[in-house]
Amino acid sequence: MTTSTTVARGEAGFEGSPEFTSGRRGFIVTTLRDQPQAIIGLMVVVMFILIAIFAPLIATYSIHAKTGPIYQAPSSTHWLGTDDGGVDMFSLLVYGSRVSLEVGFAAALVAMLIGGTVGVVSGFFGGWVDVLLMRITDIFLVIPDLPLIIVVAAIFGRHLINIIIIIGIIYWTSTARLVRAQVKSVRERVYVKRARSIGAGNRRLVVKHVLPQVAPLLIANTVLTIALAVFLETYITFLGLGDPSTVSWGKLIENSFLGNAVLNNAWWAIVPPGVAVTVVILACTMVGQSMEDALNPRLKVGHLAVRRFRLRPLHGQLDNE
Amino acid sequence: MSTQPVLKTNDLHVWFDLSGGRELHAVQGVSFELRAGERMGLVGESGCGKTTTILALMGLLPSSASVAGQVYLDGEDVLAKGEETVSPHRWRDIAMVFQGAMNAFNPVKTIGAQIAEPMELHGTASGRAARAQVRELLELVGISGERADRYPHEFSGGMRQRAAIALALACQPQVLLADEPTTALDVMVQAQILELLVRLTRDLGLSMILVTHDLPVVAQVCDRAAVMYAGEIVEMGNMSTIYHDPRHPYTRMLFAATPDLLGDEAVVSIPGAPPRLDHEIAGCPFTPRCDTAFSPCPTTHPRRLDVGSGHEARCHLNDHLVAERPA
Amino acid sequence: MSAAERETLLEVEGLVTRYPVARGVVGAVARRPKETVHAVEGVSFTIAPGEMVALVGESGCGKTTTAQTVVRMVESESGVIRFRGREITRLSARSLRPLRREIQMIYQDPYESLDPRFTVRDTIEEPLLVHRIARGKQEREAKVREALERAGLTPPDLFIDRFPHELSGGQRQRVAIAASLVLDPKLLVADEPVSMLDVSVRAGILSLLDGLRKDGMGILMITHDLSTAAHFADRIAVMYLGRIVEEGPAREVVRNPQHPYTRALITVVPKRDPNEQTTPQILTGETPNPIHVPSGCRFHPRCPIAEDSCSRIDPSLQRPRDAATPDHRAACIVTAPGPSADEVGPGGHGSV
Repeated sequence: MTTSTTVARGEAGFEGSPEFTSGRRGFIVTTLRDQPQAIIGLMVVVMFILIAIFAPLIATYSIHAKTGPIYQAPSSTHWLGTDDGGVDMFSLLVYGSRVSLEVGFAAALVAMLIGGTVGVVSGFFGGWVDVLLMRITDIFLVIPDLPLIIVVAAIFGRHLINIIIIIGIIYWTSTARLVRAQVKSVRERVYVKRARSIGAGNRRLVVKHVLPQVAPLLIANTVLTIALAVFLETYITFLGLGDPSTVSWGKLIENSFLGNAVLNNAWWAIVPPGVAVTVVILACTMVGQSMEDALNPRLKVGHLAVRRFRLRPLHGQLDNE
Repeated sequence: MSTQPVLKTNDLHVWFDLSGGRELHAVQGVSFELRAGERMGLVGESGCGKTTTILALMGLLPSSASVAGQVYLDGEDVLAKGEETVSPHRWRDIAMVFQGAMNAFNPVKTIGAQIAEPMELHGTASGRAARAQVRELLELVGISGERADRYPHEFSGGMRQRAAIALALACQPQVLLADEPTTALDVMVQAQILELLVRLTRDLGLSMILVTHDLPVVAQVCDRAAVMYAGEIVEMGNMSTIYHDPRHPYTRMLFAATPDLLGDEAVVSIPGAPPRLDHEIAGCPFTPRCDTAFSPCPTTHPRRLDVGSGHEARCHLNDHLVAERPA
Repeated sequence: MSAAERETLLEVEGLVTRYPVARGVVGAVARRPKETVHAVEGVSFTIAPGEMVALVGESGCGKTTTAQTVVRMVESESGVIRFRGREITRLSARSLRPLRREIQMIYQDPYESLDPRFTVRDTIEEPLLVHRIARGKQEREAKVREALERAGLTPPDLFIDRFPHELSGGQRQRVAIAASLVLDPKLLVADEPVSMLDVSVRAGILSLLDGLRKDGMGILMITHDLSTAAHFADRIAVMYLGRIVEEGPAREVVRNPQHPYTRALITVVPKRDPNEQTTPQILTGETPNPIHVPSGCRFHPRCPIAEDSCSRIDPSLQRPRDAATPDHRAACIVTAPGPSADEVGPGGHGSV
């Protein structure tokens, strides 16, 4: 039979690991400092956001008018050539970033809100609430994506807002599970029990004690969801289920196929939007992954590395210091 | 009976790399001897370096560690070439019961298989001979031999600790290092384990180093004790001598901070905290917390001084006894 | 309410707490018998203001469950809990809320009992916010500082803006204590308050608790360390498998133990002086599972002085023959036979 006493920590000469104590800002700063790929990823994402915001200033031509010959190769006047309607590709790419990123961020936000709420409620209250919510989550997990998208497009029409909602619905479940697991673990922490024994109500416990522990994980997960959402939007639009009145990178790729870009050897109509999507997804993944890695408790000593200690020659004879 | 020590360390140092090019000087010049059949306690609080010291004896330090000094096992310097010279001795001549070993058993292997593992790894026995030895070992530590085919979850905490001891004895070492072997156990089970350890040292001529923060345990079970503070041995000697005639204020204050079951004296805590070991400390590391510090303490690091037969201390209060302990 | 009842801070009578053991689907289908963990099986004791009572025992004896039941974190099956004369055994969560100010719990792990994102100020201020005491930031700040001083963290300025990871274990425990003190409680339940701290730091925390006791606080201390209990508690109650098997003034219980279990424990606890070690009377085996409690006296299978009747009779707490004080009791028919031959039967629980 064992008691639960253990010797106070700090033995073996190792320093205690730094904990995430100084709030969200501290965590993000630590992540960026320790993992250079996070900085690169963040810079790329910020760059695209700026491109989207300042699109009118960056684009060289209007995207609603024919400003050059059909499928003209990249030149000094049209940096990325023109598409099958004579519209400048570069400007299309710039304006396309707006919708792609908009949908990506908005859908991820929807997923985060729904998933986060379900996860917190499910994890914190447990019991039948938990069981019910988890079964609902399972149902949503099981629904196949593409048929759902097709059905929604058919019934509710191909509006941008529907696309955002659909993508959010597809991705909230994994967020919910992640958050639920974290909330369950935090709920059992001694400081939460202590706060409860002082008399704190559920609202205070969740808002002040549980959410701050869950937030970093949620943010990391949301960033990764942005990457997925951007991809899904591209995919949906490419299949022709996107909003016909908007221009996104997926739309550009769709157009290029509809306009026989391949037959015309017009690589500039296909490749740039594809590259743009890839780069954005990569960048978001780099940032999100770095955050997730930073949140994992690092093992101080990898036991596989034991026994590889170094020898140092003794300086001087015995301890005369 | 041979008087050559079974284990001897000489000026053992261990450093750990820290971020930013700094180093943690975890063990600072530890020297001691251990004779056959002797039970020595290595006592100290968290961060004093006692666990790191015994890990160094087994060569179980990570790549972020650097080691200096000598560790002699039966006369041979096992740290001479690092892992190369240590590994032949590991488990065969010196073995360890780790902190929390009772919880470190592989849950999907039988206890018997796990105790046989080092035998096969180190080539001391295999197959049927190994299985027979496993049963013998289990009986030796007070577990029925038939339980060799059971899984760890079928054993209670105390029995798992016995199994951990059997595992350490698998290759019949001469030296057993026990790191907090009874800390997580109930006092009655603790008594059983301690009794087992005493019996093993007596019957097998095993030498033992018992690492713990629990002074009364050492008082009950060990012949000698070394008190560690800030990476150094600040006092070492016969158990009774250390208790009745402590020559280092930390030893005295540590005893005073430990409640005695039947004693009446007030229990007094030691103010302050141990120093950080990531920079060089001038003078005696205990100075800020010491109640008898005087002029040499903040500036001069105390040497090991011989204060009686087999009794040494690192404290300026003993400076008047000029004889310095020889190398 | 008589004067004596007003005097008592906490009164626990015949407390019984049990946990069902989950059978799972397989177990239910295979019709495995429903098992219960008999964690607390009839425990009674009182705590007066300015008194520290230690519940001592090994793991599985029910001491922690008793503490959790007293603060209503766990529901009891039967028995009575009275706080300042008022029964609180079945009070609703709402009615319990004001009581949460008067009864505070201190937890074992100082490294886990503080929210790592809260400063010391936030942690100590939280109870004030929860109970809406001290309107106004200034008043709260004053109370926080006062609590820090009371907990021995002086000057408060040095600690008030710190985060837990910047503090040592002992300091963290003091912060947790300060967070309890800020509500001015009357009863503290301390669950192993020092077992995870270094030896050199323990005495400081225990002295702090002792000081609070002298100021009139009642303290229920849960510990497995008999030596600590002997030094700091006024009274000790030794628990075994859900029952109190011996209780009395701390010094008396430790120097003149009457129950064979206590006697064995005393011989087995290591002493400081290497020359004053007692020959350990090591009991065979380990404490049985609280699911399967032995019949009659629950200690009889391991008892060195057990007689035949011990397997049939479940003893109640009685004054032992060799007791030196009137309030020393032990549940053993050999050392403390009751006034009548028919001891309390199988359903018996120790009662005053």
